[in-house]
Amino acid sequence: MFGWEFPPHILGGLGTASHGLTKGMAENGNMEITFVIPKPWGDEDHDFANIIGANSTPVVWRDVNWDYVQNRIGNVMNPQTYFDLRDHIYADFNYMRTNDLGCIEFSGRYPDNLLEEINNYSIVAGVIARTVPCDIIHSHDWLTYPAGIHAKQVTGKPLVVHVHATDFDRSRGNVNPVVYGIECDGFNNADHIITVSELTRRTVIEKYGQDPNKVTTVHNAVEPLSEEIRSIKMPRGKEKVVTFLGRITMQKGPEYFVEAASMVLHKTHNIRFVMAGSGDMMEKMIRLAADRDIADRFHFTGFLKGRQVYEMLAASDVYIMPSVSEPFGISPLEAMQMGVPSIISKQSGCAEILENVIKVDYWDTHAIADAIYALTHYPALHNHLKDNGLAEIDTIQWKKAGAKVIDIYNNVINSRR
Amino acid sequence: MKAICFYFQIHQPFRLKTYRFFNIGNDHYYYDDFANDEIITRIAHRSYLPANQMLLDMINSSNKEFKVAFSISGTALEQLEQYVPEFIESMKELAATGCVEFLSETYAHSLASLKEPEEFVEQVKAHDEKIYQLFGQHPTVFRNTELIYSDDIASMVASMGFKAAITDGAKHILGWKSPNYVYNSASAPNLKLLLKNSKMSDDISFRFSNSEWDAYPLTADKYMDWIANLPQEEQIINLFMNYETFGELQSRETGIFEFMKALPRFAAERGITFWTPSETVAKLKPVGELAVPFPISWADEARDTSAWLGNDLQNEAFNKLYSVAERVHLCSDRRLKQDWNYLQSSDHFFYMSTKHMNDGAVHSHYSPYESPFQAFMNYMNVLSDFIVRVEEQYPLSIENEELNSLLTTIKNQSKEIEQLNREITLLRTNIINSEEEEVKAADGKDAATEKPAKKATTRKTTRTTTTKTKE
Repeated sequence: MFGWEFPPHILGGLGTASHGLTKGMAENGNMEITFVIPKPWGDEDHDFANIIGANSTPVVWRDVNWDYVQNRIGNVMNPQTYFDLRDHIYADFNYMRTNDLGCIEFSGRYPDNLLEEINNYSIVAGVIARTVPCDIIHSHDWLTYPAGIHAKQVTGKPLVVHVHATDFDRSRGNVNPVVYGIECDGFNNADHIITVSELTRRTVIEKYGQDPNKVTTVHNAVEPLSEEIRSIKMPRGKEKVVTFLGRITMQKGPEYFVEAASMVLHKTHNIRFVMAGSGDMMEKMIRLAADRDIADRFHFTGFLKGRQVYEMLAASDVYIMPSVSEPFGISPLEAMQMGVPSIISKQSGCAEILENVIKVDYWDTHAIADAIYALTHYPALHNHLKDNGLAEIDTIQWKKAGAKVIDIYNNVINSRR
Repeated sequence: MKAICFYFQIHQPFRLKTYRFFNIGNDHYYYDDFANDEIITRIAHRSYLPANQMLLDMINSSNKEFKVAFSISGTALEQLEQYVPEFIESMKELAATGCVEFLSETYAHSLASLKEPEEFVEQVKAHDEKIYQLFGQHPTVFRNTELIYSDDIASMVASMGFKAAITDGAKHILGWKSPNYVYNSASAPNLKLLLKNSKMSDDISFRFSNSEWDAYPLTADKYMDWIANLPQEEQIINLFMNYETFGELQSRETGIFEFMKALPRFAAERGITFWTPSETVAKLKPVGELAVPFPISWADEARDTSAWLGNDLQNEAFNKLYSVAERVHLCSDRRLKQDWNYLQSSDHFFYMSTKHMNDGAVHSHYSPYESPFQAFMNYMNVLSDFIVRVEEQYPLSIENEELNSLLTTIKNQSKEIEQLNREITLLRTNIINSEEEEVKAADGKDAATEKPAKKATTRKTTRTTTTKTKE
């Protein structure tokens, strides 16, 4: 498997989803999974997958001894793997900028030279593909499609690409032609395409011209929360708290939340609104809130991570995700786990599988405001969604999603024979 | 000798418009006129009107042997009067044949029988009054909303003077017993019960056009054979269904109208007759008692009230609604009373059902909302506004009992005033009379002394009246 993010060092939903899925597949048994990420930190979960760091895979031969390797990258990888990989360097990459181990450095983030990093990642993939025997190759999102294609060419094994998002979702239609090109290339070369929702599936079929038979939806799931997180209790005032949590970008529809909040506040006063997260539209949103004269009840927290996210949820009465286009959107599931009822846009993938949430059109700020009012004023509705949501979320498991992916693998492998 | 008892239900609620919370306190009109007009007009033209014509033909061609009963809710009648007046005319024509019986029910197709006995009685009266106004009949057989029935309801119905009630032949109540008999209620032995034969009814209303059904295609000949072949002792087959069955649930193309038209002929061949419910209870004796401790209905597989009061949303809305029942009784505002009625329609609660949310079939088919949560939110917003209006009339800070006693004092006072007024007029006429007598009889001096004295007494009484009113 090729991925870009892996918990605990994640920047978005991609890492969580890749991790959950891999774990879910491992739970189904009889799987040997190698997961490649650009830059492991050493504290990743190794129990169910063998993790290889692209930044510790040599592309240039360096004469180093065992102890030196152990010393340098022993915390992320077994040195033996390094030497195995070193035996499979397939071309002369001396012109590349490499370090003392003959490895290319990766940021593991989304830097400005992202395209270069993607290209390097694909070079590394060639080495790994020659080293690690496999039956199937699985690429998560466009960043790793070139690597997947490369590995497929090297090994001749089938390629499955996993679409967590397309550029149409990220850009509200203004696609970046380079990204679109990479995505198209990935889809065309894939033996099968997995999408995280029907919504994304339709995008892949309609906007990328893929054969519908080749595209299957496997909805994301969520991992059960630990006892520690579930027991988080936050001090609560008399006021109700409505929370938006996510990147403050065009894709997430933050302005609809502000508009709805201002409508609610013109009618009632015992509610506070929180916009947690950061993003390129944050300043605009702060100005908008001030413009609507609700800044005293509309709060910005900045970027939250790890435990802070759950503390924020524990302090909330309503969670809201008015995304304009959300391939899946795992956060409402997390809110449900914390017993917080959600309002989500119909344009998000998770709306396809969730029942105990309120679904609205993202642009229908009246409906959003109405739902906020109802959830904060009619306790029966709040309790109903809370209780039934908790029961519902227990049935949404990665293991089931993993089983579906394994079925797809088997079909792909069998159809080749 | 066997008989078939047909009864058709017609009901349409006043559907609510999208009512946002900003409207609470500002907008007091709750209904989606466009949708209500559109739906009732469509159904009437596709189903009610052609079906009425069909029944009329059947009655006339069978020499008035064919008989049916109708239960039409007050809200449906109001909408029909407003949007499809030709239907009322055609119904009157049907009623004039004498082969059509109208059943009693609650005006708004409400669930009041489960909660508010007083309200229930009032609504039944209102409905029967409406039926009398339109069709000149006083219903004698009662049919509750969605055939909801229990021992408690039976007692209420019996005390209102009904001879019989109609309900569902639910399996868990009947057990081994057959619905093809007349029973009587355990709590009110004089109240006879007619039970729906679910299998035979659903054969027409649900399975008729199902080509996967092993009895497909269903013909009148075959259907009457089934009935004729039932055990000799089972004398009455109660076929109860929605009137939309004809033309809407089973479209005209399925041949449902032709199937019905052929029924009387094949029935006559086998000696099967048609009775109205009141005829049935008059002719047949009950064979046994039925005890129904918990309410049953004709809905869903469970045949209970969970379609309307099955989850906490429905219960919350239901209890909130009836929490102001007493208040509304005290009010005399006509529009408030009207909204009170419309808001009680069971449909509003049906839309909030979360049963089988995934395969949703029946519940979502009839619902104008996308989800039960939207149904709940919209209803609660409307209800909030309604309660605000009730409060404006009588603030909630005053206890019901206190308010009640105040209102009785006011009522009593007005009675007192009336009485005193009557006295005044009596006295006045006395004065006039005596004056006349005096003018006739006596000389001027005596009259002059008597006159002011009597006038003074009159003034006194008036003054006491005004002070009493102020108290």
